[in-house]
Amino acid sequence: MVVNLDWELISESVPLLLTGAVVTVEITAISVGLGLLIGMIVGIARLSGVKPIRLISGAYVDCIRGTPLLVQIFIVYFALPAVTGTRINPFIAAVVACSINSGAYVAEIFRGGIQSIDPGQMEAGRSLGLTWGQTMRYIIMPQAFKRIIPPLGNEFIAMLKDSSLVSVIGFEELTRRGQLIIARTYASFEIWTAVAVIYLIMTLTISRFVAYLERRYRTK
Amino acid sequence: MRKIVCALMALFMLGALSGCGQETKKAADKKPAAKETKVLRFGTNAAFAPFEFQKKGSKDYSGFDMDLARALGKQMGMKVEIVNTPFDGLIPALNAGTVDAAISGMTITDSRKQQVNFCTPYYKSGLIVMVKKDNNNIKSIKDLEGKKIAVQIGTTGATQAHKVKGAKITEFNNNPEACLELKNGGADAVIGDLPVEQYYLKQGGDKDAKLVGDTLSAEDYGIAIAKKNTDLLEKMNKALAELKKNGEYDKLYKQWFGAAPKK
Repeated sequence: MVVNLDWELISESVPLLLTGAVVTVEITAISVGLGLLIGMIVGIARLSGVKPIRLISGAYVDCIRGTPLLVQIFIVYFALPAVTGTRINPFIAAVVACSINSGAYVAEIFRGGIQSIDPGQMEAGRSLGLTWGQTMRYIIMPQAFKRIIPPLGNEFIAMLKDSSLVSVIGFEELTRRGQLIIARTYASFEIWTAVAVIYLIMTLTISRFVAYLERRYRTK
Repeated sequence: MRKIVCALMALFMLGALSGCGQETKKAADKKPAAKETKVLRFGTNAAFAPFEFQKKGSKDYSGFDMDLARALGKQMGMKVEIVNTPFDGLIPALNAGTVDAAISGMTITDSRKQQVNFCTPYYKSGLIVMVKKDNNNIKSIKDLEGKKIAVQIGTTGATQAHKVKGAKITEFNNNPEACLELKNGGADAVIGDLPVEQYYLKQGGDKDAKLVGDTLSAEDYGIAIAKKNTDLLEKMNKALAELKKNGEYDKLYKQWFGAAPKK
């Protein structure tokens, strides 16, 4: 079956879609960046000797990983303002929901990376007179970082695609742009294909970059 | 440990395979029954009270459109199945054949007529501007220039909003979400269908919202059918005419809107 594609429509729409793609990359970059910070802290907290810290960070990870990102976005944008009485800017709501979500998954990535380091390293550090915190910072974390580059790259790619969910609060990232064009032109096939291709180009680029980082920081 | 994991995986795959078997068996069972009463699948966006919505605590679809769809099905001797779809997905669904007809407070417009066929109109509507109750600056659509407007994606309200100079428009998947945006202060106004916003106010929305200005446009709702399905279009129009003739249509109209339809 030969499909007749409306190439003119596609070429007209691509610039508009690309502005959406820029927004997608913005949200993803900021969310994963904040997620890295949150994840690092929470990941280490999960391994803390102090029970309350361990329990709270564990609860955070369980709750966020245990609920869909879509629901989290709705809660941050529609439910919270109803409770607090103040409205949240859609961009901030999108970034908050996505970073909190990313943070939980990154925390587990960090935890796994840290735990994969030979416990002998911690023992060696402590026996040299370093505190738990210093050993973590100077000995364990640098090694762990190299190991978690692949799963972190994965998380970035996953968040890039999951960012399409913020379309439900009317936020005009790539998927929403596509949806809006289709609402006016009904060219479902052409536009969704174009949107998918743009996502693919973005994720493939990130995959290549992550592969480069892996090669460069390969653990011997 | 390994043996347990292997056993679990084997069980899981068995379950998945038997599930496939079940579905083909169910489909085979359904087919002979379906041949006796044909199924008429109506697509709708069931977040549009009083035309299509789900009553509190119920999974069933209520509303004027829903009752009309079921009455039409009965008139045509077909079993009616309602498929809840995003509004902007209704016309693609018709073209893809996943639903046979769409009844969803859909206005008959020229651009839509290029994609699908419409039955004879079954309701006269119009657009209206809704603002927060304490907003005294916006009295009509002329005051909306440069303001923030919330609308539902793919609706005539959205098209109207885009005509307003300098307005910042946010398009939501459902009308209730646009109203929520207004309530939370994210938008200065909503442009939506008059009967729907009136119903929203009646259900308690009038605590923080009100309608302003005149009805913006005269719009007719129609049932949409895929262009290639001329057979169904003819049958549906006949059934609709019959319902209007025998008083069924008037009865439903009065039930939902309190008064007989204006001729």
